[in-house]
Amino acid sequence: MKSGDVEDVEIRLLLEGVQEIYGYDFRGYADASIKRRLIHWLAESEFETFSQAQSLLLRDRGVFESLLRGITVNVTEMFRDPSFFKAVREQVVPFLKTYPFVKIWHAGCATGEEAYSMAILLNEEGMAGRYRMYATDINEAVLQKAAEGVMPITEMQRFTRNYQKSGGSVSFADYYTARYDRAILSAALKKDIVFAPHNLAIDGEFGEMNMVLCRNVMIYFKPPLKERCLQLFDSSLLAGGFLCLGLKESLEKKKIGARYEELAAPLRIYRKRYG
Amino acid sequence: MASFQAVVIGVSTGGLQALQKLLGQLPADFSLPILIVQHIRPDAGSGLAKLLDERCALRVKEADEQDEILPGTVYLAPPNYHLLVERAGFLSLSADPYVSFARPSIDVLFESAAEVFGPDLIGVVLTGANFDGSRGLQAIKQKGGIAIVQDPADAEARQMPQAAIDATAATGVDHVLALDGMAALLQKLAPGRATLPHITRGRDA
Repeated sequence: MKSGDVEDVEIRLLLEGVQEIYGYDFRGYADASIKRRLIHWLAESEFETFSQAQSLLLRDRGVFESLLRGITVNVTEMFRDPSFFKAVREQVVPFLKTYPFVKIWHAGCATGEEAYSMAILLNEEGMAGRYRMYATDINEAVLQKAAEGVMPITEMQRFTRNYQKSGGSVSFADYYTARYDRAILSAALKKDIVFAPHNLAIDGEFGEMNMVLCRNVMIYFKPPLKERCLQLFDSSLLAGGFLCLGLKESLEKKKIGARYEELAAPLRIYRKRYG
Repeated sequence: MASFQAVVIGVSTGGLQALQKLLGQLPADFSLPILIVQHIRPDAGSGLAKLLDERCALRVKEADEQDEILPGTVYLAPPNYHLLVERAGFLSLSADPYVSFARPSIDVLFESAAEVFGPDLIGVVLTGANFDGSRGLQAIKQKGGIAIVQDPADAEARQMPQAAIDATAATGVDHVLALDGMAALLQKLAPGRATLPHITRGRDA
């Protein structure tokens, strides 16, 4: 047996143990990416092998929490894929405006960059106070960061460029206060967002949503878990609601696909059909 | 004699010309899948795959998540995503942080391909002005695969191939050669001919 195979066995056993003891199920995650993240975690840890880590990991919740933080962090940026946000502004918001109040679920929000981008966009389009955004993530440490709304100042140049390309028309600097090396997002962006923990592998739906965003989260999942998520989003969405996926994700060949029409073709914005 | 299962190629500065030349010299029935990371701007769109597809006999496509890895097909990493190989013979994508200052990163593709294909993998590093691919090529060599590097003197940017040669000094690179001879070498290493539906059907079917 090759050493690489031993590591695969160790990882499988580890994920099974984690599922049984802590209830977090990572067995539906795509192998290559989770392995990369696990190996990265191992390298930063005090352990030599996964087998060695396992005995403490299954007994000490603190060790598990560090693993959880290490393998569930998704990175993103404000207005990632500006053309997507431009299409939301131009093609989705006009529909949303026809409702007195809209509910949005942002699944897998990580540190909140895209949730705050949506808030900026909706507020600029005159929807402040007329929406509630439920921004969820499996990782409570990143949720806490998201709720703080503090970003490294060094990122602001890139975010500003993205914002401008997405059709933003005011000065992006108005949305944050610079303090030393940090940018503190303005309170007006936070008041309509609720950050909450949610695990796409085991938790249930959110009711009566007008819009669900889940971008570049399901790319880390194997097909069955992907299907589970899509079912969850489908049962959360009202007819006429919008489902937004990452640029390399699609509803093609997916079970719920027939109930959706693609609104902005390459940008993965889908609308749930009526009836 | 190893029976290779895939070719992975990493290329950066000067990549468009290099890929056109290399892929253009391979026949439509080349029997291995080819997975490529070309460094590209995050907002570049899918133009490169389309252009190469038009100019090469091989089928070239931008990789989609869960693409099955088929022989005789070229998969290009999409802008702003890492490309990885899954054990089940499928591709996956990740939006994880930059590796070796790049996304897509050559190291990420090479390392994940080495995990899956072990000694049955051919790694190729072409022209580029950075160090991405060095660690990945080392991983391929450690698993017993073959390392091919473009002769730095022949490369539009010599830094990346030179770094790959230096990084694998312990095991040595298997072949250092000019771009011109590379297609012939790959064909010599690749087993037999591919019999694929898209070839018998014709390219535009």
